[in-house]
Amino acid sequence: MTTTDAEPTPAVPAIGEEILSVDGLVKHFPIRKGLLQRQVGAVQAVDGLTFNVTRGETLSLVGESGCGKTTTGRLLTRLLEPTSGKIVFEGRDISHLSEGRMRPLRRDVQMIFQDPYGSLNPRHTVGKIVGAPYRLQNVKTEHGVKRAVQELLELVGLSPEHYNRYPHEFSGGQRQRIGIARTLALRPKLIVADEPVSALDVSIQAQVVNLLEDLQEEFDLTYVMIAHDLSVVRHVSDRVAVMYLGKIVELADRVSLYEKPMHPYTVALLSAVPVPDTKRKGKQERIRLQGDVPSPINPPPACRFHTRCWKAQEICKTTEPPLVELAPGHQTACHFPENVEQPTAKAE
Amino acid sequence: MSTPLEVEPGSSSAQPEAILKGVGKIEGRSLWQISWMRLKRDKVALAGGAFVLLLILVGIFAPVICKLVGVTPNDFHQDLVDPSLQTPIGKLGGVSWDHPFGIEPVNGRDIFARIVYGARISLLIAFLATLLSVVIGVVMGIVAGYFGGWVDTLISRLMDIFLAFPLVLFALALVGAIPDKMFGLQGDALRVALIVFIIGFFSWPYIGRIIRGQTLSLREREFVDAARSLGARRPYILFTELLPNLIAPILVYATLLIPTNVLFEAGLSYLGVGVRPPTASWGDMLSGAANWYQVDPMYMIPPGLAIFVTVLAFNLFGDGLRDALDPRSR
Repeated sequence: MTTTDAEPTPAVPAIGEEILSVDGLVKHFPIRKGLLQRQVGAVQAVDGLTFNVTRGETLSLVGESGCGKTTTGRLLTRLLEPTSGKIVFEGRDISHLSEGRMRPLRRDVQMIFQDPYGSLNPRHTVGKIVGAPYRLQNVKTEHGVKRAVQELLELVGLSPEHYNRYPHEFSGGQRQRIGIARTLALRPKLIVADEPVSALDVSIQAQVVNLLEDLQEEFDLTYVMIAHDLSVVRHVSDRVAVMYLGKIVELADRVSLYEKPMHPYTVALLSAVPVPDTKRKGKQERIRLQGDVPSPINPPPACRFHTRCWKAQEICKTTEPPLVELAPGHQTACHFPENVEQPTAKAE
Repeated sequence: MSTPLEVEPGSSSAQPEAILKGVGKIEGRSLWQISWMRLKRDKVALAGGAFVLLLILVGIFAPVICKLVGVTPNDFHQDLVDPSLQTPIGKLGGVSWDHPFGIEPVNGRDIFARIVYGARISLLIAFLATLLSVVIGVVMGIVAGYFGGWVDTLISRLMDIFLAFPLVLFALALVGAIPDKMFGLQGDALRVALIVFIIGFFSWPYIGRIIRGQTLSLREREFVDAARSLGARRPYILFTELLPNLIAPILVYATLLIPTNVLFEAGLSYLGVGVRPPTASWGDMLSGAANWYQVDPMYMIPPGLAIFVTVLAFNLFGDGLRDALDPRSR
């Protein structure tokens, strides 16, 4: 890893090529107590993730609050340093790069943040916010930063005249567009979008999601989308990874996952999605999971889902099911996967 | 399941924004403009601010004002002092057209001129000391708050030590111990520098704690992560991302710190460790007046009132400023 990394490999956007591969990614946040700050435990936020992201695709990470989705996003953009495991971006291991070594790579890996009210500095103008990437990365623009920023604003559906205004003068959807404009400034290859629409109104969500899709087409972007709204995920994803307590329990392409979910947790999640069609409503029984998500400080042994799973047996408490490919492109970590035509509901 | 998201193609190109385009050019209203609009409605704070401004002008133009009125701060007028009683001749401590606030007992110096010149010293020391403590406090607070860990622990304990320091005793001892000439300074300049140093260097922990607390909450905001994900270096995050968000508390605290420092300077002068006579200072005048209040009470009123009104004006202005900048009422 030398400074020549500043100019990344010439962009030959070959679809199907791996852009990011994650192997055994672990992040534990130590819990320290007492005067000497002795470590008494760890929040096992992310515990052994392995997945690949193909150039041009959208991979969604879904799961309940606290399952480690956001931590994963922050690890991929190296806002956090992994405890162990490897993150390989375009053939380079970035898992433990120093801040300085990581800096040039940040042009290629960008992040969209969840909270459009928190991710824009309230004391900076839109021009300063969207222009910051150029200044921070010392990128020279052809017609000056102002021109470039105004072009970006137009690209995301804002008016160039918004240049001198402050974030508090915009609505949530507009703010998220400003955030997206900032993300696009350096023409990244990979964008990690951390719940990009969950803070927005439903009507605005659709606009922003469609904007993200248009931009993906225009700039050959690869998305790692973090979300909890399964309808949004179904709309945007090529592949979906379902996370539970820091682990991936199921990873499959969208159609396969939504049509034939294998892991009981996925089945339960999908059964909770509201069905707008009243005729179909009665056919699908909702699976109610008992109890809360166990604490990631002291997660259940073996299969982490066994405490809430209606199919759990002895083996689930003793042996951890590996993430294996049970159908082409469909990986599941379960001893007793559901593999039927339709999600059966043996709930309660 | 995905039905709620189906939107007819083309509608992604932002219809709500189209309305905004029609409005044409709108100048961005910064938070400062909004705050100023709110401050303008607060008449009490404005009055305080106006008086502060007046006082600053008085301090700057002290020689001009004295010349216009026809008084001097250091000339004796012993012909106006009763030779046997040593008190000013005439009513109310010798108030007259020539000497609007009367004259001092014993040597008969003009009180008005001394008040005007005293404003200079008071404000100079108060402003410089505030500046010093704000600069140290902000840097220490922002560093402690952003970096956390052992840096935070170290700086926070340092603040505790400084706050526990017996400041007045230290000032008395230090001023008594230093020579007449130091660091190329002497006389009043040396005294002023010393008092500024003492006040500023020992009162930074107050603002340091406030800034540390604010930074603790600010650093968790996503715009800090956004800057980091763009590859921002730490100085950029501290001074370009965080500092502008701290300006409001800094400004408010500084405005409220100035009157405290005015009082502190007056206190030190009263104890005899401020600027040295004959240089006029409000505290020193009060100290002199304390010996005469039974026979010449008028001598005490001008410096006492000057300190009182100055402190009040700064406090009113500071309170108004806080209300105007308060994010909760935004």
